[in-house]
Amino acid sequence: MSLSEAEARVDTAVAAEDVGGSLLKEAWRRLRRDPVAITGGAMVALFVLVAVIGPWLAPYGPSDRAGAVTPTMIPGPSSQFWFGLDDLGRDELSRVILGARQSLLVGVVSLVLGMIGGLTLGVLAGALGGWVDSLIMRIIDIVLAVPGLLFAIGVAAALGRSLQSVMIAIAVVNVPIFARLLRGQMLSQREADYVSAATSVGLRRRVVVFRHILPNSISPVIVQGTLTLATAIIDAAGLAFLGLGGTDPSVPEWGRMLADSQDYLSGAIHLAIFPGLAIVFAALGFTLFGERLREALDPKYRR
Amino acid sequence: MARFVVRRLLLLVPILLGLSILLFAWVRALPGSTANSLLGERGTPETIAAVERLYGLDQPIAVQYWKYLKQSATFDLGTSAQTRRPVTDEMVRLFPGTIELTAVALVIAVGVGVPLGYFAARRYGTWLDSGAIVGSLLGVTIPVFFLGFLLKYVFAIKLGWLPTAGRSDQRILGVDHPTGFYVLDGFITGNLAAAWDAFKHLVLPALALATIPLAIITRITRASVLDVVHEDYVRTAEAKGLLASTITRRHILRNALLPVVTIIGLQLGLLLSGAILTETVFVFNGVGKFVADSIRFRDYAVIQGFILVFAVIYVVVNLLVDIAYGLVDPRVRVR
Repeated sequence: MSLSEAEARVDTAVAAEDVGGSLLKEAWRRLRRDPVAITGGAMVALFVLVAVIGPWLAPYGPSDRAGAVTPTMIPGPSSQFWFGLDDLGRDELSRVILGARQSLLVGVVSLVLGMIGGLTLGVLAGALGGWVDSLIMRIIDIVLAVPGLLFAIGVAAALGRSLQSVMIAIAVVNVPIFARLLRGQMLSQREADYVSAATSVGLRRRVVVFRHILPNSISPVIVQGTLTLATAIIDAAGLAFLGLGGTDPSVPEWGRMLADSQDYLSGAIHLAIFPGLAIVFAALGFTLFGERLREALDPKYRR
Repeated sequence: MARFVVRRLLLLVPILLGLSILLFAWVRALPGSTANSLLGERGTPETIAAVERLYGLDQPIAVQYWKYLKQSATFDLGTSAQTRRPVTDEMVRLFPGTIELTAVALVIAVGVGVPLGYFAARRYGTWLDSGAIVGSLLGVTIPVFFLGFLLKYVFAIKLGWLPTAGRSDQRILGVDHPTGFYVLDGFITGNLAAAWDAFKHLVLPALALATIPLAIITRITRASVLDVVHEDYVRTAEAKGLLASTITRRHILRNALLPVVTIIGLQLGLLLSGAILTETVFVFNGVGKFVADSIRFRDYAVIQGFILVFAVIYVVVNLLVDIAYGLVDPRVRVR
């Protein structure tokens, strides 16, 4: 263990009290100097940029026949088509670029929906306590007993085949994760001195919860949110592979492109590699950034 | 200790009951009524009413739930629309394959992950440590089925070292399957060629399936060992002049591996849901592929049955892990 780490351990207890605005500023200062966080952030930025300006960036439209193909001869990467052509003669690069938007959309929408649900339940459980808390936590235990992907399959199957049902399915899976995380945070904050102080000066419980406890409990939720974007993109691909996803062929989706590529593995491996790498790229960007954000927000790692 | 076990067992009851309510509600939320999907276009008001009477769908919802609960408790999970056979029979037929696959994957994940995490922690900050971290990050971000495609392409299609699909080679004759565990069957029937062939069919799917648990186990082991090596009792042991190997075995590993055991239990959920994707990629005839096919066929009885069974397995295994944890670590029992 390095000396700075040893020190970090010693002053963990002290630093944990030092939260609020200065913690975020401090975290930002550390992130800016962290090469791994910058790499992750740059990957995320590139992904978001491509998702937004994709239609202007892509050399061909999503359904354009860019070149001639036969089922046994699907040209791979060339100087004209950087990522090669797909089984219908469409430009793979354009489809990968255009697919970014769907992945980002699935990630963000399912994250926001899941967070809203999870935070509502978490705040209710953490702030009210008692039987409300017990009831919510028991329901969460039940839901968490079903493996995530399987649960998402169930929800998506019930809602019918579309991108919207994939988003809702992934959001539903995220709800218990956020709820449990926030509740735990709030419970640990409830005993803190500043809460006793706020209560003793006569502030109402609602004010104490929303103005004091919640802002101090939120940083692990931000970290979890970043990491959840990565898993949402991966899970959406998995659901698409199982035939649960959008059906519109003119809207490219990385997961479905990857799923469709399995019929051409021996002759056209590029159809698997490019959408696959795109998923890994986006997910890795969010993961790298999220992991470093966690460390930056955690006083234990302060140096 | 007995009280601890009983209390943990009692906690199962509300979870399983809640799960059954959830699944019961889920089937009712599915698009299209049972009568509609059975009769299709031919449904008239009379035939629909007859079908609803036949399946008890005209009964009050509480009565229907009670019937569902009784059926599930007696392992009657309905009939598969794909195979027209009881879902329970299909499970018995297909589970050995999935157990074989997840067992091999778990062996890979634990066998590689624990030592890798341990050495990464002991060589903190070296290239081995950085490699383990980068590897585990890649492991959790690569979609299981994408990795499956890549493994299949490189080792099966291009190099031809391993089979591309299935559980066994049809060209090997005289193969008998008394247990359904193909590797085991090969040994039992003395057909070593069949055992070796079955094992070769397991390698690639198990590797693909093992990546996420492997990455997680590596990280947790590393973090846990890093925590423990700085504990006072390790320093005391060093100060007493104990052999390094004794400290590693008695003080570091014994304490560091406790959280790892819990994490291994939690990986089972990932392995079971990962099997759905992996088995589909490798056309491996287990429950995972059956579930994937059921989604395409809208075979909801199968999906419902498997969610129930997977969840029960997951909950029970984690309960066993908890109990084992209590046995190993007396501190847990007190809480």
